[in-house]
Amino acid sequence: MHKIESKNINFYYGETQALHDVSLSMKENTVTALIGPSGCGKSTYLRLLNRMNDLIDNTKLTGTILIEGEDIYAKNTNVDDLRKNVGMVFQKPNPFPKSIYENVAYGLKVNGITDKKIIEERVITSIEQVALWGEVKDKLKKSAFELSGGQQQRLCIARALAIQPSILLMDEPTSALDPISTSKIEELIYELKNKYTIVIVTHNMQQAGRVSDTTAFFYMGELIEYDKTKTIFTKPSQKQTEDYITGRFG
Amino acid sequence: MTKEIRLAKQKRRNQKIAFGVFQFTSYTVVGLLFVILSFIVIKGISVISWEFISAMPKEGMTQGGIFPAIVGTLCLVFGSMIFAFPVGVLAAIYMNEYVKDGWMKKIIKQMTNNLAGVPSIVFGLFGMALFVNKLEFGDSLLAGSLTLGLLVLPVVIRTTEESLKSVDDTFRQASLGLGASKWQTTSKVVFPIAFPNIITGLILSIGRVSGETAPILFTVAAYFLPKLPTSIFDQAMALPYHLYVISTSGTNIEASRAMAYGTALVLIIIVLISNLLANALRKYFGKKVKMN
Repeated sequence: MHKIESKNINFYYGETQALHDVSLSMKENTVTALIGPSGCGKSTYLRLLNRMNDLIDNTKLTGTILIEGEDIYAKNTNVDDLRKNVGMVFQKPNPFPKSIYENVAYGLKVNGITDKKIIEERVITSIEQVALWGEVKDKLKKSAFELSGGQQQRLCIARALAIQPSILLMDEPTSALDPISTSKIEELIYELKNKYTIVIVTHNMQQAGRVSDTTAFFYMGELIEYDKTKTIFTKPSQKQTEDYITGRFG
Repeated sequence: MTKEIRLAKQKRRNQKIAFGVFQFTSYTVVGLLFVILSFIVIKGISVISWEFISAMPKEGMTQGGIFPAIVGTLCLVFGSMIFAFPVGVLAAIYMNEYVKDGWMKKIIKQMTNNLAGVPSIVFGLFGMALFVNKLEFGDSLLAGSLTLGLLVLPVVIRTTEESLKSVDDTFRQASLGLGASKWQTTSKVVFPIAFPNIITGLILSIGRVSGETAPILFTVAAYFLPKLPTSIFDQAMALPYHLYVISTSGTNIEASRAMAYGTALVLIIIVLISNLLANALRKYFGKKVKMN
């Protein structure tokens, strides 16, 4: 069974159709990269997976998305529970204006965990998981805004991991970071793969090549090609895919 | 001279003229404010004394102090804030965080803007009809506070809305993305970030409330009442109305002229102090929100 399974997805912002009949499935503990030029629908698709698009008024969706076999757009779906299981990391590091500790503890608290010991344990584990512990262990009470951009983004990943999701969505997580911070995040993705199913939107071809197992190429709201990353980058079956990854357009 | 040099010179000259005009107008504004303030200070400082701010008015308000008017104004500020602040903030949260874009939101918005444009004397009449007569509060601090509260409600709503709007959407998304409910997101992330700016709404409305005369005219203000209010159903004196009374219809207008300027000075100082206080609060919370 696939971890994430989407069938015949059509999505509209008002009158504009952003996704055309997209069917795409991902296996557990793999990294899938979504690539394509700006406005191709890859971020829109990503945000369907944790129902982040619900926040936008006047949208319409047809088709089904199953996560662990459950229809996440069914009437009886608890969106909060879905988002607990499907964590998200955003384009710009967006820690809350709270302390480093509270940033990670927040997700636990809003999900009803009150035991201080458990919270502390999970906060520490999560920060260790993103290899940030050594850098912040002496300033957990300091504002998260005092961290560098790369550290902030790793903190945001820790924040997402703390509530123990099984899927992690990453929306261009390194586009605002310098090359060193970027490579740290990429290493992290590589390690997290063992425990999480990761879907990452990226504009960076090399990054898609380095971190992902499978790659989906979107163009004008359509899924043009979806295959093993190696295949996509060495012998894509579609002309458009080849043109895009060789930099002929996009 | 080549064409390019001429053009460059012209550009520089135009810029100089434009900035010169901007500079002149902004300095004029500051200058005017300074003139008004110093005029009031020079004319009013002579009567300021401990007695003036702590004693009851005497001799047909030509002597003594303005203590009851100060207390009355402070009560009205406090009373109207207790009403307008929670109502306004909650309404703004509802409008900005919960209502979907559509005709309902447009109507509420338009109504709020219209409310802000209603002349204050109309609020006074309405307050008299509703609070004083219909609800039988009589001329009282309660009626006056509610009327003033209504008057500043749009200010509170609008500034709160602006503060909420300025909170970056990615904070909302991050919180919801962690499985937080909309209410948790609003109360634990969005509101604390917006709070320092919401305080600004409080500053503006305090200034507005303490200076308004028309809304209190028929709802609370007493012409001459040399005692302090003891309950919310008492009438009270208030600084702006007192100023109006001793400048236009006092027993001896010439003799109380200095008292009028003194009253104006006290009113300005109260507004100034509340602004400084609110500014300090804003800074304090601004710092605190980053740390919690």
